[in-house]
Amino acid sequence: MQFEQWEGFVPGKWCDDEVNVRDFIQHNYTPYEGDGSFLEDATEATKKLWAEVMELTKKEREAGGVLKADVRTISTLTSHGAGYIDKDLEKIVGLQTDEPFKRALQPFGGIKMSEQALNMYGYELDSEVKDIFTKYRKTHNDGVYDAYTPEMRRARTAHILTGLPDTYGRGRIVGDYRRVALYGVDYLIEHKQRDKDLMVGDMTPERVRDREELSDQIKALNALKQMAQIYGMDISKPARTAQEAIQALYFGYLGAVKDQNGAAMSIGRNSTFLDIYIERDLKNGTLTEKEAQELIDHFVMKLRIVKFMRIKDYNELFSGDPTWVTESIGGMGMDGRTLVTKNSFRILHTLKNLGPAPEPNLTVLWSKNLPAAFKKFCAETSIETSAIQYESDDLMRPEMGDDYCIACCVSCMRVGKDMQFFGARANLAKCLLYAINGGADELTKDKKTGKPLQVSPKYAPIIGDGALDYSEVIEKYEQMMDWLAGLYVNTLNLIHYMHDKYSYEALEMALHDTNVRRFFATGIAGLSCAVDSLSAIKYAKVYPIRNQDGLVVDFKTEGDFPKYGNNDDRADDIAVWLVKTFMNKIRSHYTYRNSIPTTSILTITSNVVYGKKTGNTPDGRRAGTPLAPGANPMHGRDTNGALASLESVAKLPYEYSRDGISNTFSVTPASLGKDE
Amino acid sequence: MTGRIHSFESFGTVDGPGIRFVVFMQGCPMRCKYCHNPDTWSTVGGKEYTAEQVATNALRYKNYFANGGGVTVSGGEPLLQAEFVKELFTILKSNGVHTALDTSGAVFSKDDKGKFDGLLAVTDLVLLDIKHINPEEHKRLTSRPNENILEFAKYLSQTGKPMWIRHVLVPQITDNDEYLQELATFIDGLKTVEKVEVLPYHTMGAVKYEKLGIEYPLKGVEPPTKERVKNARQILCKR
Repeated sequence: MQFEQWEGFVPGKWCDDEVNVRDFIQHNYTPYEGDGSFLEDATEATKKLWAEVMELTKKEREAGGVLKADVRTISTLTSHGAGYIDKDLEKIVGLQTDEPFKRALQPFGGIKMSEQALNMYGYELDSEVKDIFTKYRKTHNDGVYDAYTPEMRRARTAHILTGLPDTYGRGRIVGDYRRVALYGVDYLIEHKQRDKDLMVGDMTPERVRDREELSDQIKALNALKQMAQIYGMDISKPARTAQEAIQALYFGYLGAVKDQNGAAMSIGRNSTFLDIYIERDLKNGTLTEKEAQELIDHFVMKLRIVKFMRIKDYNELFSGDPTWVTESIGGMGMDGRTLVTKNSFRILHTLKNLGPAPEPNLTVLWSKNLPAAFKKFCAETSIETSAIQYESDDLMRPEMGDDYCIACCVSCMRVGKDMQFFGARANLAKCLLYAINGGADELTKDKKTGKPLQVSPKYAPIIGDGALDYSEVIEKYEQMMDWLAGLYVNTLNLIHYMHDKYSYEALEMALHDTNVRRFFATGIAGLSCAVDSLSAIKYAKVYPIRNQDGLVVDFKTEGDFPKYGNNDDRADDIAVWLVKTFMNKIRSHYTYRNSIPTTSILTITSNVVYGKKTGNTPDGRRAGTPLAPGANPMHGRDTNGALASLESVAKLPYEYSRDGISNTFSVTPASLGKDE
Repeated sequence: MTGRIHSFESFGTVDGPGIRFVVFMQGCPMRCKYCHNPDTWSTVGGKEYTAEQVATNALRYKNYFANGGGVTVSGGEPLLQAEFVKELFTILKSNGVHTALDTSGAVFSKDDKGKFDGLLAVTDLVLLDIKHINPEEHKRLTSRPNENILEFAKYLSQTGKPMWIRHVLVPQITDNDEYLQELATFIDGLKTVEKVEVLPYHTMGAVKYEKLGIEYPLKGVEPPTKERVKNARQILCKR
């Protein structure tokens, strides 16, 4: 084998001049079917470190949400000196800046956003930095606004398109950080250089861009080595021990969060990969179980304190300050072996050793074939901590293979092989109101005229005060969705062009295959509200109520109607139709960089904010009240119990919502039965 | 035929074994002070469904019934609509679904013991709710006597019908060691009891009374303490 560091590993394609982490895992991992009795408690060092983190957290809260912020140094991989919580105790090192809880300055997404965020917490952006980023260096945000059409701006103002990544980092890209540990950076650079050398021929704009990006990737990899050197470490070669592997992998991730303030900065699928190194050390007698757990605890501790400088509205939108450091755990292999290892237990055990926390977002890839002992362990940990997310491996594996991970909350991508262009969401409940009002917004006024803002071109509205006719509404809704899908896709095309141009994720993309598959990840908000509204129009009598401008601003509904969330096909069929119809309209448009269009139904907390911007709807929902999260039924309308509600959601076709479907579901342990 | 139904619960986990589809029948002759479903009392409310319709609805969840689950008919008092339930259970049994009847036994009469034999033949498990073991206390609590209910329990035992005994633990009313002991002795005399469940009284029904404009009879009564629940379980759930 090429490297002595690989001694003890079973060779395969992975070490035959390839970058192939999955192959390495498949040849070397040890499936574990046992229970969690081997697990060790936190060490004294862990407890002490965590106490220091808790103390800092307290101070941060007392300081109003931000403890310290850098106002001058532009964050890059090598911008800051080494930072520690407690150098002597930390087994895994590396912070985003030179001090814990000091937030970095990351203005490439948009200088205005950076400045606003600082001001909100009482900080002043350094004037020279401001100068540079307004006069000499353009940001992503500037680029987008230079190119936006008036229509795109209107859609944004009226919030029919919401949460667009036009003022901040798009995130959702997950580098294969395992590569840093397995191959060492030099090997990765060598392969990227080779890829670049093959990019010759006609210098089309695409090829020029590819060559430039490859250069940026190689520079980022070199910077990553330097970053490690700041901490006194060499990651140019493969990792020799479990500690080195975790450290190298974490450095890869740390580089990404130093480089990008992305909306979701997920970390991938690492625990089983790392288990291979831990097993090797355990076998060699150079590591004890106690030490292994300590390494994982310290690693997770670092992931818990990833922080970004963001505006307060952003935190309001997401009901917190989330970073979406999602780690995907477990699942089954294509060959039928489970991908659960002892390290799957160890990483979940951090919830006990360090106490429950929302980050990293520990996500179990659930299969009915997972080992029974692991399932039981997950259930116990869930009951105790309420901190595990579950996703269906059985649903995703057939499409994605067995080395995919979750970005953010539900988006699945093959690690290092897929990336996505995050696309926020289109509000389909509002779109229905546009269909009725011919594209005039029910809440937003035109600043110049004081009249309702005409967002779409002036389509024929529904006239008269008679009960709404279902077929007429559907016809107009389809037309309005045609318009919306086109505008939405093109707005995203523009945004992602600019993000690539001004805030390219060079390091994260360096940890992807050069020939990467790209997804164009659109999203839907307000699904259940739109469905119930259509059901009301179809099965009850819904009369429009107009204001003095003739705009429909409310509805009077006579009679009852089936509601989504009761396993009633009459309503659920409308939901299926709506998802398919909108997705097909999305698919009919050009998508940036040959990306594959997908959609998601996953607003988890932002449904509250989207609801604020949506007027009265025909289902009886009042203006300003929340939409349901994700694919959830509207609150309180699922009256046939949990399974009926879940069955309704389960009817939504995954093939049409490949980026994920979420259903927020709370249960108290007692409602799951009486026995332990 | 049709039955009057109050509501459905597709994910019942507390009324019988496994995951159960629960049908809440409309109408009940008892007026238990602690009843948390007073909206099921009236025999004219609810919505009418055919047994066929209900069975079709329930069977959509059949794949969730794998670990011993099935369908429970509760209420209200299901025995008030025994013919309907019999028809429903017959369809379910022919589809291999486990059936459970959650009843107070209040309409059982020792003069016509065989009245429910047809229904019981298609019932796998009876969840028999004994409200109180003491006849006077029972009357005060439920407005009905308990002799026929205890007769029903004996009849089920004699005919070999598996049952779970359920007992709501209410401070000041049933949470009394003497009564609990008496109940335990009675249960000991039954041969087919598979399980005894102590259900701690809760106040979640109170809002429904307010909605219906009925005064809540147990105003001020708090749920039993953990210790008392444990005590009752020790006395009753020996097997």
